[in-house]
Amino acid sequence: MEEKKILVLLRQMFAGEIKNVSTTLGDDVLVIDKEALLPLVKFLNNKPHEYNMLLDLTCVDYMGEEPRFEMVYHLFSLSQNKRIRIKARLREKDLSIASLTTIWKNANWLEREIFDLFGVHFEGHPDLRRIFMYDGFEGNPLRKDYPLRKRQPRIRLRK
Amino acid sequence: MATRIQKEARPDTMLLNMGPSHPAMHGTIRIMLELDGERILNSEVEVGYLHRGFEKQCENRTYFNLLPYTDRLNYVSPLINNLGYVMTIEKMLGVEVPQRAQYIRVIMSELSRISDHLTCLAAMAMECGAFTVFLYKMKAREFIWDVIEQTTGARMTTSYIRIGGVRADLEPNFAAALEKAIKETRLVLKDVHGLLDKNKIFLNRTRDVAVMTPENAIAYGWTGPCLRSTGVYYDVRKAHPYLTYDRLSFEVPLGERGDNFDRYMVRMKEMDQSLRIIEQAAQYLPRTPDEVMAQAVEPAEAIKASRQKKVRVGIKLSPNLEGSEKDKYKGILSASKGYAVPAKEDTYTSIEGLIKHFKFFMRGHGIRPPKGEVYFSVEGGNGELGYYIVSDGTDRPYRLHLRAPCFHIVAALEHLIKGRYVADVIPTFGSMNMIGGELDR
Amino acid sequence: MGMKKHLPPAQFITTQFNYILGWARKFSLFHYPFVTACCGMEYMSAACAHFDIDRFGAGWTRFSPRQSDMLLVVGTVTQKLAPVLRTVYDQMTEPKWVIAFGTCAVSGGIYDNYAVVQGIDTIIPVDVYIPGCPPRPETVLDGLLKLQEKIQKQEQEWRWKKRKF
Repeated sequence: MEEKKILVLLRQMFAGEIKNVSTTLGDDVLVIDKEALLPLVKFLNNKPHEYNMLLDLTCVDYMGEEPRFEMVYHLFSLSQNKRIRIKARLREKDLSIASLTTIWKNANWLEREIFDLFGVHFEGHPDLRRIFMYDGFEGNPLRKDYPLRKRQPRIRLRK
Repeated sequence: MATRIQKEARPDTMLLNMGPSHPAMHGTIRIMLELDGERILNSEVEVGYLHRGFEKQCENRTYFNLLPYTDRLNYVSPLINNLGYVMTIEKMLGVEVPQRAQYIRVIMSELSRISDHLTCLAAMAMECGAFTVFLYKMKAREFIWDVIEQTTGARMTTSYIRIGGVRADLEPNFAAALEKAIKETRLVLKDVHGLLDKNKIFLNRTRDVAVMTPENAIAYGWTGPCLRSTGVYYDVRKAHPYLTYDRLSFEVPLGERGDNFDRYMVRMKEMDQSLRIIEQAAQYLPRTPDEVMAQAVEPAEAIKASRQKKVRVGIKLSPNLEGSEKDKYKGILSASKGYAVPAKEDTYTSIEGLIKHFKFFMRGHGIRPPKGEVYFSVEGGNGELGYYIVSDGTDRPYRLHLRAPCFHIVAALEHLIKGRYVADVIPTFGSMNMIGGELDR
Repeated sequence: MGMKKHLPPAQFITTQFNYILGWARKFSLFHYPFVTACCGMEYMSAACAHFDIDRFGAGWTRFSPRQSDMLLVVGTVTQKLAPVLRTVYDQMTEPKWVIAFGTCAVSGGIYDNYAVVQGIDTIIPVDVYIPGCPPRPETVLDGLLKLQEKIQKQEQEWRWKKRKF
């Protein structure tokens, strides 16, 4: 089938680093080591595959499992009208991954969001700082061990 | 807060703060400008003033309960957010939605899209000084909201689109109200075209201002009307058709230059196309299956009778539940078990109905998708609105992430206003349609 | 019957003056819309032609806190935004009134988490609370009428009254 070709090709080219390739519910999913992210994404960005749009970049916290965090990237190809999902696991002790700001410009804000909410560090990001929460906020809210209702007020509240 | 621009600013320039609370009624966003006279040398956009913790809040609610939170994301087109979330769950569960419900969903989401574009352009025009356009468009929006209120019960935050279908069927005189809304909207659009299209002042403020090239737009991850104004043809309704969009004929307007005027024009033309879709869908709407019960008894009587034997006549429900009677269920909700709220007639008159109701709402039971993850996207008012849900087998999502279209669009604001005047910030920002609830989640 | 206390004429004048001042103030409210979220859409509806807020004298939106006397906090206030709200409130000159519009401003609404202030009355004093998510424009107008009643009843603090003791 058409979409399997790309997965087969990728499995051949990056044999050492690709852990798993599957098609669940119509989406192509690729699980890789974090070191392979930048070359793989650059390969996909070029012709003829031309996955030229970074749709989304997010992170999931699997607390209790090791490695704990999983970065999820969604790429989209306008010319071929196909999506692909790339996942990479990160350990808590070594919470950093290569930044995609050299390839796509919206990675700038997306990575800042993940840094703010999860604490993942992106190597090569020009300006990594908080975007949603304010300076003075301690912790990363979307981690599973941050309680939902733990408020850190900025000004003194009455009552 | 020590922001980047305060550190990098040259000593002879002025820093102007367009603070979080400003009259350009788009919500709360802070734009710091470094000015040399009136020209912008550098700028910095600070978001997060409406970060309400949507993603973390949803991890603590069941799949059914978190529907109201999705309404409040892109609050000018709430039914589209509902739709995106519900279709993601349906993809995960493999639920089949009846035809009538699909057409109702199409009509509702196109009405929301029109209301989104009306609000965006009204605010943009008002800030350029065209106050009349704002009032006209709000008038049209009221007619559309009347139609939405008649069907769903609420003007804005509706929670109408449910897993497996929609909540309630259409009113008997829906067609008349819809026709009135469409007629009024068409009149308003015609007036606004006459007021703004060839208006020299409006053209001076929006033509060739904040031009975006297609390559840059793709690099920034733009989707939706802003991307189509640069000339790139990508519409989720055409590329990955969902609901019944592949059976309805409509065009996707494209712009040429990618400036503010093109973004305005693409939205105006999209509203025409949405009206076209609504008229077609209203025509093709399948009839409710005729299973109307002959008699209708009062609820107290029915409950008393149900103690002896099963009640087989129709029961008069309260006005709140109008439209979700049992005989309409076949048309509006999926027949798959366990995904829709059971009919109230069953719940209160039979023990099996009560058990089903209990099992649907009880903590730990209810909708429990299999372990896995899914991504699905719909065409929102601003672009591709995507939901990424990770499920761990329980009745609460493990992780719910929203791909907010205007996050990527606003990320390019700094690039667009560099080198322009302060007055250009207003129509540029207005044409981007930044919605705080979606941007900050 | 007993002894009827003879009211000094000054109190009659101050009562009438209070009445006129209340009448003048309640029918010319300049409001500052501190709009954040979804309730902003209902605010726009309430201000436009269908449900006119101008009928009640509160039509003029002054986009500067120093020129307005009513602060309309519309929508959710997050922890990040709280100091901004306090600054805007402090910049307003007396007499000033605050309306909390929408359940998120009244009590935090459906968002009980790390990022949202649970009601703006923890930051600034509030006069009228308008619940609803979002409130219908008729509710907004009702809230405005209640504020107008409150303004009518307000008594001024006269310096000569305080000097007595």
